[in-house]
Amino acid sequence: MPDSLPVDSVGVVTPQTYHFETPIELACGQALERYDLVVETYGELNTDRSNAVLICHALSGHHHAAGYHSMDDRKPGWWDTCIGPGKPVDTNRFFVVCLNNLGGCHGSTGPSSTNPATGTPYGPDFPVVTVSDWVKSQALLADRLGIECWAAVVGGSLGGMQALQWSLDYPERLRHSVAIASSPRLTAQNIAFNEVARQAITSDREFHDGRYYDFDTLPRRGLMLARMVGHITYLSDASMGEKFGRELRDQAYKFGYDAEFQVESYLRYQGERFSEIFDANTYLLMTRALDYFDPAYEFGGDLSKALAKASCEFLVLSFSTDWRFTPARSEEMVNAMIAARRKVSYAEIDAPWGHDAFLIPTPRYTDIFTAYMDRVAREVGA
Amino acid sequence: MRADLEIIQQWVKPGHHVLDLGCGDGTLLDFLKRERNASGFGLEINPDHITTCMNRGVSVIEQNLDTQGLDNFEDNSFDIVLMTQALQAVRRPDKVLDEMLRLGAEGIVTFPNFAHWRLRWGLALSGRMPESESLPYKWYNTPNIRLCTFKDFEALCRQKGIRIKSRRVVDGQHQNNWLARLWPNLLGEIAIYRITRENT
Repeated sequence: MPDSLPVDSVGVVTPQTYHFETPIELACGQALERYDLVVETYGELNTDRSNAVLICHALSGHHHAAGYHSMDDRKPGWWDTCIGPGKPVDTNRFFVVCLNNLGGCHGSTGPSSTNPATGTPYGPDFPVVTVSDWVKSQALLADRLGIECWAAVVGGSLGGMQALQWSLDYPERLRHSVAIASSPRLTAQNIAFNEVARQAITSDREFHDGRYYDFDTLPRRGLMLARMVGHITYLSDASMGEKFGRELRDQAYKFGYDAEFQVESYLRYQGERFSEIFDANTYLLMTRALDYFDPAYEFGGDLSKALAKASCEFLVLSFSTDWRFTPARSEEMVNAMIAARRKVSYAEIDAPWGHDAFLIPTPRYTDIFTAYMDRVAREVGA
Repeated sequence: MRADLEIIQQWVKPGHHVLDLGCGDGTLLDFLKRERNASGFGLEINPDHITTCMNRGVSVIEQNLDTQGLDNFEDNSFDIVLMTQALQAVRRPDKVLDEMLRLGAEGIVTFPNFAHWRLRWGLALSGRMPESESLPYKWYNTPNIRLCTFKDFEALCRQKGIRIKSRRVVDGQHQNNWLARLWPNLLGEIAIYRITRENT
């Protein structure tokens, strides 16, 4: 964190915890008797409560989307590039809400929380939650905040799936759904990568069937490997090439198996750091939620039939070098919306950063996102 | 109001579902939405135009007719398919016409007339490729790679069994002009055609 806050920052923010005492029924058939959601908000809710925007986080995200927690923070929230005064999601006009999803590990109830039935962490006993469950809990949060209808629900990647699910589960409670670098369902290749990540975690000797908390240890090795695999899928060949090339840490080959290439040491560093701050059970849960997401499933695979009940307008954006959720996946979504005669706008943004491009403010991305959100703001009188 | 918008509007019924191929900055769709409560989409490839459409609330899809085609749209899924000032810029106008009438019951097409007297005169006199208000490019950088005359277009329609329901001719400013109506292929700069399949 620099000495002074950037002018386009939401500034220093403090998360709030909301306690829910009414049981929530989940898709798996189980219920959570009570739970917490950790939430950050930026900007002001207007008097007619029409300017609220929900930001949904991706796989390893959380409630801290923008601003800083203290003046000592090295980095701002994960989507600070797009949320703030004068940014695409303009906090001078919108009241922005971001929460850590159920099953997360940043303060909302999840596998590392204490199970009231046992007094010990849930671990593997925490129910597998789905995108629909998240949307349901987000709707309950909206009730608590007094938000009848979101001006927009916005998300990238897994966050975009929540934005899509919102349009199906609560069509009357959002005006716009913005799905960036997202997909209407995972492909076999996507699921395969998730499975490698899960195997890395569950085969770690320190995993203890998910009860590592009881053994005062962490499956660091497994989570590190899972993150390394994941990280590769977030970048493009070209962006990795540009960042690392074949650069060596020292001048010459050492004819061994330590991290000799820069890319190796980068991945190890990222993986190790992640394994200290993220919960392995949450990682399993989030990847499963991704695998299960398929709103077309109950309509015989026809997404346009699922979309018949949607009434909001959609913005869909993809990135040219994203090979995790390719432009073709976004187009699948768009074509279903066209067939269902929903209002939809779509653009494929040329950016070299792979899937991570949704976090990086390239000019065209910023222009489009700003133009669309400006119109949303005008529409709701913000 | 631009005369072409006024003319096109008359052919769009209230609540029509329309597709605009090469919708530009969305002026036409926005106009039809307001005046005719029309729904639908525009396809566009120019990034600035796409951004403008999104800002004014026109549903726009980034899609290139030449490289991506229109396979993602279902047969008879629109009441009207529009293409204003873009037919001359696609690689295969003949195939685009087929597609327009596959997707919609009716098509509305506008394009600049390459047989307009000023272009004929310019070519005859200077021996150089003509430029005009509606064709302000050099031969080497023009996006208009399939220029034709009204007669050419009508011949193609006959050959394809496409029925021309109406034709209106305007000048380069999209204004009505009685001379152009009298002698369109020589004096008309832009024509607005309303087309349909022969058997309908």
